[in-house]
Amino acid sequence: MSEHANPFSGDEQARGMADAVARRSYGKLVALLAARTGDLAAAEDALSEAFVSALEDWPQNGCPSNPEAWLLSVARRKIIDFARRRSTRDISIEQLQLGAEWLDPAAVDEAIPDHRLALMFTCAHPAIDPGVRAPLMLQVVLGLNAAMIASAFLMSPATMGQRLVRAKNKIKQAGIPFRIPEREELAGRLDAVLDAIYATFAEGWTDAGGTDVARRDLAEDALFLGGLVTEVLPQEPEALGLLALMLHAEARRRARRNPQGEYVPLAEQDTSLWDSQMIDTAESLLLRANSLGDIGRYQLEGALQSAHVHRRRSGHANWPAVVQLYDALLALSGSPVVALNRALAIAEIHGADAALLVMEEIAADSRLTEYQPYWAARAQLLAKIGANSEACHSFEIAIGLERDDAVRRFLQRRQSALMP
Amino acid sequence: MQYLLMIYSNEAGWTKLTQAEQEQGMAAYHAFNEALTEGGVLRGSNRLQPSSTATTVRVADGKSQVLDGPYADSKEQLGGYYLIEVPDLDAAISWAARCPGASHGIVEVRPSWRNP
Repeated sequence: MSEHANPFSGDEQARGMADAVARRSYGKLVALLAARTGDLAAAEDALSEAFVSALEDWPQNGCPSNPEAWLLSVARRKIIDFARRRSTRDISIEQLQLGAEWLDPAAVDEAIPDHRLALMFTCAHPAIDPGVRAPLMLQVVLGLNAAMIASAFLMSPATMGQRLVRAKNKIKQAGIPFRIPEREELAGRLDAVLDAIYATFAEGWTDAGGTDVARRDLAEDALFLGGLVTEVLPQEPEALGLLALMLHAEARRRARRNPQGEYVPLAEQDTSLWDSQMIDTAESLLLRANSLGDIGRYQLEGALQSAHVHRRRSGHANWPAVVQLYDALLALSGSPVVALNRALAIAEIHGADAALLVMEEIAADSRLTEYQPYWAARAQLLAKIGANSEACHSFEIAIGLERDDAVRRFLQRRQSALMP
Repeated sequence: MQYLLMIYSNEAGWTKLTQAEQEQGMAAYHAFNEALTEGGVLRGSNRLQPSSTATTVRVADGKSQVLDGPYADSKEQLGGYYLIEVPDLDAAISWAARCPGASHGIVEVRPSWRNP
């Protein structure tokens, strides 16, 4: 290998810096490179080639003082190279409208502007298939590779790769813009961005034990993206609500499993394991959102999390207030999952019989037949009124629908307690 | 970029309208046309005769097959188009939403392959 006295120090330093830049600036660089050409795939390719060049150049010549600017100018040259190679086919360099300032080192050497939120709006554009918006965001804003994203979203890497490629082609060919929408459009468009962030968080949340690295990181990534939205749009109550909701959930991560790795339901969690700093931040975000008016789904869900936290900490439950929050949420979303949770809150006030009656009304919704928490909730209510054999059957289906082993064992224990 | 806005609608719907309603519909299209022109984005447009006038042609094994009727036998048929030139898809979508066709049918927005 190398003849140098200390062959690895320069390499290690360069690699360390490249990793750090990739973590803090990947999305910023992609946003800047793609905004001009509309071509995300070319921006990503150019940037990854620039990283390869960096790992060759930096160990020899030392790490540059502004590594982002270094990568940006190399990547820009690569993009022009790509365009030259293709120019006979479908696009000319003039059409790329790359002015001379593109390669001017002085222009590059300033602070890198942060257009990551604009990039997120591109990924969550209504013209993009909703199912690929969250994966696309993870790839182009955070630089995750298709295989990692595929495993987190339980999809084959090949399928995920194809869907990402298709989405990037659509962005380029249909001319989807890279910018934060105007005021009047913002509300509807922001929802899609928030939904994609929440989908990311939900995938991360299913790995409560934190044993699956790809999943655990997804929750952190979602928190990071949620924070980014509130930084750029601090006056959007729903963005604040989503961040609060995610922080409340994340705060309880350590309490969701006991030391043996067994699932612990919310009602039995050790509250001293909750992260009180995250909870405090979540509470102040909710207050700020509330002061801005314009209530929405994420604020209501955040408020519900807040009510659960308060109940566990103080021992005092305000179930009528919880039911009211679910009423408002149900009116907004019409979601059968919300209706289910509302039924469980009603059980706390009026008993299991009343809740089972409410659940009968929503049982016809086909979306619930494959929803594990519906069957688990039904089973627990049936057990309470002594309908043991029906309860066992509901537990059976819940167990069959669950993909997390610890939760499965928890349900099995509850089920076997009912058996004669 | 250039985008083609294609208006698909139920042809039977038009004949069911009263004369006053038809006139109002025509006026709405006329106004849309004016707005596109005023905005400097209109590159071409036309309304098509009903799909009963359509003929499809294909050449297979060197033989041409000519058939009476439209390509797709669906309730919604292509009834007209606008070719517009705007900076990006968002701008094209906002024009498509203003098209009266978006209210009585569906407007499909497609970017053109090559831009002049």
